[in-house]
Amino acid sequence: MPEAPEVRQPVAEPPVVTPIRVVIGLCLFAPFVAMLWVGSYAKVDPTFIGIPFFYWYQMLWVVISTVLTMTAYQLWQRDQRARKAAAEDGGASA
Amino acid sequence: MNDGVNGVALVVFIIFFLAVTVIGFMASRWRRAENENSLDEWGLGGRSFGTWVTWFLLGGDLYTAYTFVAVPAAIYAAGAAGFFAVPYTILIYPLMFVFLPRLWSVSHRHGYVTTSDFVRGRFGSKGLSLAVAVTGILATMPYIALQLVGIQAVLDVMGVGGGEDTNWFVKDLPLLIAFGVLAAYTYSSGLRAPALIAFVKDGLIYLVIAVAIIYIPIKLGGFDDIFKAAGDAFSQTSPATGKPRGALTPGEASQWTYATLALGSALALFMYPHSVTAVLSSRSRDVIRRNSTILPLYSLMLGLLGLLGFMAIAAGVKVTNGQLAIPQLFEDMFPAWFAGVAFAAIGIGALVPAAIMSIAAANLFTRNIYKDFLKPDATPEQETKVSKLVSLLVKVGALAFVLTMDKTVAINFQLLGGIWILQTLPALVGGLFTRWFHRWALLAGWAAGMLYGTLAAYGVASPTQKHFGGSAKEIPGIGEIGYIGLTAFILNVVVTVALTFVLKALKAPEGVDETKPSDYTADAGDPGVAKLPPATAGSAH
Repeated sequence: MPEAPEVRQPVAEPPVVTPIRVVIGLCLFAPFVAMLWVGSYAKVDPTFIGIPFFYWYQMLWVVISTVLTMTAYQLWQRDQRARKAAAEDGGASA
Repeated sequence: MNDGVNGVALVVFIIFFLAVTVIGFMASRWRRAENENSLDEWGLGGRSFGTWVTWFLLGGDLYTAYTFVAVPAAIYAAGAAGFFAVPYTILIYPLMFVFLPRLWSVSHRHGYVTTSDFVRGRFGSKGLSLAVAVTGILATMPYIALQLVGIQAVLDVMGVGGGEDTNWFVKDLPLLIAFGVLAAYTYSSGLRAPALIAFVKDGLIYLVIAVAIIYIPIKLGGFDDIFKAAGDAFSQTSPATGKPRGALTPGEASQWTYATLALGSALALFMYPHSVTAVLSSRSRDVIRRNSTILPLYSLMLGLLGLLGFMAIAAGVKVTNGQLAIPQLFEDMFPAWFAGVAFAAIGIGALVPAAIMSIAAANLFTRNIYKDFLKPDATPEQETKVSKLVSLLVKVGALAFVLTMDKTVAINFQLLGGIWILQTLPALVGGLFTRWFHRWALLAGWAAGMLYGTLAAYGVASPTQKHFGGSAKEIPGIGEIGYIGLTAFILNVVVTVALTFVLKALKAPEGVDETKPSDYTADAGDPGVAKLPPATAGSAH
């Protein structure tokens, strides 16, 4: 950060809400919007190999939500590592 | 359906059953710790399971035999409405990702074995902890009973037992044997038995589904024909209600029901003691998070399984008891030996969750009723002994339930159990994130939710029953039909929040919180976590 780099904080607590955490939240929240909005998928067409839209769309969302949760997991790992590293740096210089 | 015994299928079934029995007894030697006489060992498998064991254990635990029978049966009966199980199981995993690692951490720091242990520690309230424990036990019992219903369906289709002309003892003997064996190895091996058997169960289930989803549509002429036959069948008027039997997609009126059932069931799932037991047996927070990304494979399987309901219609399966639709489809479609494999998959699929559920219910009794109220100075050895005995009692109770009462009673109580267990969410999940709620307010909210949920469910009639005919009812103030459990839950939260304000204003005494913020993020390897305290450490003060 450009401003006040010299100020040494005893415990450098990063903010609770960060952009990366917002993205994690959205990844986890998206399936709720998609699945609870039943009107958006309660129809027969277009069918997929004869299976009505209603069924294959929800099964597709199993895959989508899995990808989203995996993304959230990766981001969370990164977030935790970064915080740990920051905390250790802070501890070493203090 | 009772057209004689299917000999080949029965032999295959028995071979698998025997193999699983051997595994169950040998499991006690798997990863055995030095101190085996503690609840951490018997009831949580030493809290040592890694990602894959946990995956199989949770998969075997959450996707029960009854699920495999009931979801396609519901679709066979009414179409789209039964498919809510898929969005339901989609929504479980984001929830799991968010709150279960916190429960894991705090449970490890304080040696909690059950959710009630946590609630007592967090809010310093034995009353609230007792409410959570009793709800858990009540909700689990009919769930175990339903696993028996699943085994019965399979035995029925194979032509063993179930016949109305034989006397009750001969009729129920196969079920009694299956359950006697299950009870014996659960008693001796604890949670290790279902953990190992789950490998067999899920291997079989995946195999059967993969074959069924390819083989049956080919035999029936493809999905186009299957859905056309199903659409025709659903548009016919049912004599019982005077309305069409079902629909391929939910109409305007039933969309609220669909969404609220999915959400309510997803919220309820990880309140069940058996789900929590499987989670707490894992080795680290990371195991839980990683599992929330790989468990959805089971949801995909569940979706495919649901489609079997349509196939049963297209194949012309005619059963009066919907629970028999899928086993009957297997018997009609598959060669006898593979039908035996499929039946074994369902049968073993019932044993795994039944074992975990009885262990979970036994732990609740031991920790939160026996130790908290009857014998506060119980040693870990005594706790384990009581838990083992109670796990037997719970199974006998479930068995008596199934044998003496009508099957629909078990199903009704299971629906009611879902409504009930959801009412423990504010205390548990609320407690994991904040201590703002007042313990008495939580108790009052729980009581309000339980009372409303039970009364509302009592008032639901179906064509065949006057009471407890379903779990959806008009939501007061909205006018749409929704899941009673979710309505009761919202009432519960409203009461809890309102009373918390009141009690705080009155300065009502708060209980002592034995946890601290860092407990909720502690991981394996952190101080106080790596080396597990003895099972009693959490309350030894």
